[in-house]
Amino acid sequence: MKKAVFKQIDGNSINYWMLLALLGSFALAAVGAHFYMEHGGHYVTGMNNQIVWGLPHVFAVFLIVAASGALNVASISSVFNKTAYKPLAPLSTLVAIALLSGGLMVLVLDLGRPDRLIVAMTIYNFKSIFAWNMIFYNGFFLIVGVYAWTMLQRNLNQYSRIAGFTAFIWRLALTTGTGSIFGFLVARQAYDAAIMGPMFVVMSFSFGLAIFLLIVMATYKWTDRPLGDATFNRLKNLLGVFVAGVLYFVVAQHLTNLYATEHHGVEAFILRDGGIYTQLFWYGQIIMGGLIPLALIYHPTTGKSRTAISIASILIVLGGLIQMYVIIIGGQAYPLELFPGKEVSSSFFDGVVNSYSPTLAEALLGIGGFAVTLFMVAFAVKIMKFLPESLADEAVDPHHTK
Amino acid sequence: MMSIRQFAKHLVVLVGLTALPMLSNAGELGPVPPKAKANASDTTKCVEPIGEMRKNHMEFLLHKRDETMREGVRTKQHSLTECIACHVTPNDKGEYARFGDDEHFCSSCHNYAAVNVDCFDCHSDLPEDASNKLRSSKNPHQNMTEGGKK
Amino acid sequence: MSNSEQTNNYRRKFLAQSAAVAGLAIAPGIILNQVAHTKADADKVTDATRWGMLIDTNKCNKGCTDCVTACKTENAWGMGETHSSKEQQAQWIRKVTITDKQTGHVQSLPLMCQHCETAPCVDVCPTGASMKRADGIVQVDKHICIGCRYCMMACPYKARSFVHEKIELQKPTAPRGIGTVESCNMCAHRVDKGENPACVEACSKAEHGAMIFGDLKDANSAISIELKKHGGEQIRADLGLNTGVRYQGL
Ligand code: SF4
Ligand code: SF4
Repeated sequence: MKKAVFKQIDGNSINYWMLLALLGSFALAAVGAHFYMEHGGHYVTGMNNQIVWGLPHVFAVFLIVAASGALNVASISSVFNKTAYKPLAPLSTLVAIALLSGGLMVLVLDLGRPDRLIVAMTIYNFKSIFAWNMIFYNGFFLIVGVYAWTMLQRNLNQYSRIAGFTAFIWRLALTTGTGSIFGFLVARQAYDAAIMGPMFVVMSFSFGLAIFLLIVMATYKWTDRPLGDATFNRLKNLLGVFVAGVLYFVVAQHLTNLYATEHHGVEAFILRDGGIYTQLFWYGQIIMGGLIPLALIYHPTTGKSRTAISIASILIVLGGLIQMYVIIIGGQAYPLELFPGKEVSSSFFDGVVNSYSPTLAEALLGIGGFAVTLFMVAFAVKIMKFLPESLADEAVDPHHTK
Repeated sequence: MMSIRQFAKHLVVLVGLTALPMLSNAGELGPVPPKAKANASDTTKCVEPIGEMRKNHMEFLLHKRDETMREGVRTKQHSLTECIACHVTPNDKGEYARFGDDEHFCSSCHNYAAVNVDCFDCHSDLPEDASNKLRSSKNPHQNMTEGGKK
Repeated sequence: MSNSEQTNNYRRKFLAQSAAVAGLAIAPGIILNQVAHTKADADKVTDATRWGMLIDTNKCNKGCTDCVTACKTENAWGMGETHSSKEQQAQWIRKVTITDKQTGHVQSLPLMCQHCETAPCVDVCPTGASMKRADGIVQVDKHICIGCRYCMMACPYKARSFVHEKIELQKPTAPRGIGTVESCNMCAHRVDKGENPACVEACSKAEHGAMIFGDLKDANSAISIELKKHGGEQIRADLGLNTGVRYQGL
């Protein structure tokens, strides 16, 4: 097999600069939203003392989870030695780093005291899974960065296997850690499940690959580089498996919860009585984010259409955001069970379903996370050799027969 | 142990303090902190020698803050509450300067040296009595949670 | 009347009531004890003590909110947060009404930070801002709190509030400010002086005597004697947090 030729994109077209400008202005809007929220306090947001994590967390957790999944392609090529994935491995590390940056930016800018970030970086409470995650995140940048370097630098290629393996282990820990943030909340009925950790890992596979596939399709189309069916089909079939995997875990999560009596209340809330959350769950997460993409991917006609697969990927991303919304916001909306079997009321909204209406500022902050991610990718592929010149079938696999 | 941030603060303060005599000689430009209520004792003006306080008050406060917060030590030396009680004084008309005003003891220097502190995000910038008085005048029904924007 | 005299008066009253509860003239012993507990200003708190509270829901008056008012006055919250909605305003302590779905039996009780021994808030806090003093009091070190609100997610009792706007004119003993999380700290500043928390004082002043404060590690303290005699439940005991605040008559 001949070595893939990596080359920067030209990035001179008006459209390219327009894209950067658009992404840049969304990123700036996020920073503006942040200053608006920090200036007088979080009272301008939809969050309150009952729903303490709002829309920014939905975006942040989604992006962080997707970051680990975007590394899949690189992992498959290095760890499982599948040469067909090799040409896309560097891009996969780039997207992973960019997603994590975008997610962390949102997370940090939503803190009550972002000015004290230095505290979070220097003082660790090692009992806290949050503190561990901070180490996971920093390590992720470092390890994946080194990994990318070993792939891009010819004379370091020999180390890319070991670097890839380290990155693979690390990202599994990272996603499990992110999922465990919720798993540790024993008092909250919605999160108290061991399945949260592994479920987040599968979610990361699906969300990360969907974003990755979108980026690959867009860049190859816009730069007029060939993207062969072999690569495309491989990625798309993998995506289908992951989407099915997420659905399986969601079913398993709710079924196990239905076995435990103490979880019946919250299950009924999400699955049947939760109003907006129930609708988001069934229509948004399950149908739009799961069943329709699956159909598009596996249907003989749409499965071949790149447009259909783009739509499927976008739906997976939207469905994923909705799934995060249901988990994070829906889980908090359901009241804490303080006195089982009793009706509770107080001036502090005990025993009532809490309401949350996201504000524009929060939405802008979250969307800004996506913008930062895409900006980083778009810019990096212009200045560094992340992308193979051709992903045509012959270039990827010379033994390929039509 | 000193964090980078602390170090930067030190640097700024040191530079500011070094520049201070030159500037004030040049034309009365330096900060003019208000006078304290009283001397700390018959023999000492403040709880540490003045020069020491100017240079290291943040270290004393930092040390004391952790002792009080975490270990329940309630002695008065180096306590921010005592600093405020003694140093933040009313003017002739009985009015208090607030943190941020050039006339407030803390901001008289901090404004000048352009060193930001977030002490007063959580701590009152006024002595307890003045603080209480102002609070009750602002919140006549202070024992009720008054409805906010909704 | 000086402050400490006043306190002693309240204490006497409260002791008389708890003695009446116990049906024993135990007051002298307790007074000795309380004196033994009074720590000098320079002393550090130690784990020889664990502060706790016992709340008798049968004595707690349904319409009464004296403990809440006292806490507001003592710690200067519940006012000034004019930008925040009701859902956003802080509450350190609240009265909760619970109604048994089967019997219709209605009870009322004050709920605040339960000062858990294995406190979830302390475990999850990334910076160590949520902390437990050696004597069992759980509180937020606002100097290093980054406002991530993970502790609020973790607390089973909804005991914590996030400050959504700028605050001014705080009490020197109760600093509170924008972007940080806060909760009941059992009036650590009063406890360190040998006084009762403001809520407990108010409850006995209102002659309800529904709250007892004291050292759980001291077998002769009023609270330990009462707990030994009549027991005291934890809210959400299934979580095994060994709370410092216990309830009777739940
Ligand atoms: S009641 Fe909540 S805030 Fe208080 S110690 Fe327990 S977990 Fe922490
Ligand atoms: S909000 Fe503050 S106290 Fe709570 S977990 Fe975060 S840093 Fe710790």
